[in-house]
Amino acid sequence: MALFFTKREIVVPGQLLAEGRYRADVGAYGKDEKVYSAVVGLAELRGNTVKVVPLQGVYIPSEGDLIIGKITIVAGNNWKVDLGSGPYLASLHANNALRRPYDDDISRYMGIGDVIVAEVSAFDRNSGPFLFMKGRGLQKLEGGMLMSINPAKVPRVIGRRGSMISMIKDLLRVQTVVGQNGIIWIRSRDPKIMRLAVKAFEMIEAEAHTSKLTDRVHDMLKEELKNLKGSIDEDDYPSDEDEGPPKDEAFEEAPVETEPEPEVESEPAPEPEPEVVPEDEPTETKEEPSEVEAKPDKAKAKPKKVEEKPEEKEVSEE
Amino acid sequence: MSPEVKPDYLISPEGLRNDGRRPDEMRPIEMKVGVLKQADGSASIRQGKTYIIAAVYGPRELHPRHLTQNDRAYLRVVYRMATFSVPDRKRPAPSRREKEISMVIANSLRPVIFLEEFPKSVIDVFVTVIQADGGTRCAAINAASLALADAGIPMRSLVPSVAVGKADGHLLVDLGDEEDKYGQGDIPMATIPHSDEIVLLQQDGSFTREEIMEAAQMGITSCKYLHELQKDALKLAYARKEGENGGDDDDDYEDDLEHDLGEAEIPGDD
Repeated sequence: MALFFTKREIVVPGQLLAEGRYRADVGAYGKDEKVYSAVVGLAELRGNTVKVVPLQGVYIPSEGDLIIGKITIVAGNNWKVDLGSGPYLASLHANNALRRPYDDDISRYMGIGDVIVAEVSAFDRNSGPFLFMKGRGLQKLEGGMLMSINPAKVPRVIGRRGSMISMIKDLLRVQTVVGQNGIIWIRSRDPKIMRLAVKAFEMIEAEAHTSKLTDRVHDMLKEELKNLKGSIDEDDYPSDEDEGPPKDEAFEEAPVETEPEPEVESEPAPEPEPEVVPEDEPTETKEEPSEVEAKPDKAKAKPKKVEEKPEEKEVSEE
Repeated sequence: MSPEVKPDYLISPEGLRNDGRRPDEMRPIEMKVGVLKQADGSASIRQGKTYIIAAVYGPRELHPRHLTQNDRAYLRVVYRMATFSVPDRKRPAPSRREKEISMVIANSLRPVIFLEEFPKSVIDVFVTVIQADGGTRCAAINAASLALADAGIPMRSLVPSVAVGKADGHLLVDLGDEEDKYGQGDIPMATIPHSDEIVLLQQDGSFTREEIMEAAQMGITSCKYLHELQKDALKLAYARKEGENGGDDDDDYEDDLEHDLGEAEIPGDD
């Protein structure tokens, strides 16, 4: 019995991780009483199982995952759904999405190009994943925009028990769904806020292995919000405050910094229509800020933050 | 480039090679991981004047469909030389040699990749020789295995590879272009370091039994050295991104890992 790695050490394929009665979990493999790493990642020991959390790689579905996909084929009573990453096209049977009786022509309900949130109900590597779409938050997505990140970084975007994602939602007042397959849907009335959210997610992806990330993203957003505030207030609250920076400068800042990232395939959806009634928000975590009259108002966001801070701390001490 | 002439000798009277190396000395090697943005994984290698870039895509859907294998992924390796990679312009049509080397690289990588984890899909490996100066197939294997690891593809090990040859009666490690052309033969080989398996062994020219055994030994030793370089290159690429990660806030990190995607597919028992 011997271990050959320190906690969360970066390991490479073929590296000897343990010897003796250890069990190899995802990202590792066993051979002759020895456990080796199979991927580049961070080695972890749980009980007597050794696993390597990959830092890279395509999305491999697993049962219960919440995913965001785009419908590519309507085939009889099935929709084929592109998960964006990985080799397998998912299928969604009409029975698992619609209430009966439904029309024979299921493209009346959802057609090619529609984006859905669904859950993986079964996956084996020969038939590809099966999805279902009955349940809270599982629905077709309207409006907003999509961006995709490396699926290996999704756990970081969500954070421990959703700390990261709920921090972003609280701060920016955006609606967002993070799929385990690395696709993120964001909707906000304000395109600038949307860009800010994109920037935050990009930052998380780029710095996924660093620590204290939640705090740094929080600080970055606070800073950017302060810059934006002037212009937003002028747009949405014509009179209230006037201590913000000149509108134009604040305008320039955000887009310039978010736009030139070429690897992110974000698809700007049609202009967010302000008259869309925000419906129930499908979320990773159960808490959802009610969007209806929420505005990215700093005064509002601040007290929220104060109560959020100790909460976060408490969690991290467990 | 001036027309090539055969050098008067490949091994100098002092026992050094024409570029000043000792017989068991490799050329300076520089490997980099993550050099391309668009590929899922990529790596470059500079070995003497040889310069090669490898890119990996996938696992992804396989086209054309008829190549699909139902129990494993298909490994498709394409080795190409740039038209400007050699002194005379290389004609851009795929040559027999390129097709053979593609196959050789695929054969030496196939045993280390867990292809059975991605049935019906394809893993594409594209190797482009930017500049050729001998030993391209071995350098290509080195770079390709790094690129595969960078793409997050599960594999048993990295695959270091080197050629051992004979010139003027001496066994030499890591042949340069002239030694390759005017020497008496070469033996490219690739290994899996931790199990001492040999995944590639070719021979060109004639060797005695003793010479082959000695060459194999020299090759294995050099592969161990190369493997260290590969590991360093790979770790460097990720350590750099990791930045200032200190040990102070373990708990912040811990549960992010706990929130893992693979938790549901823990195999029963093994």
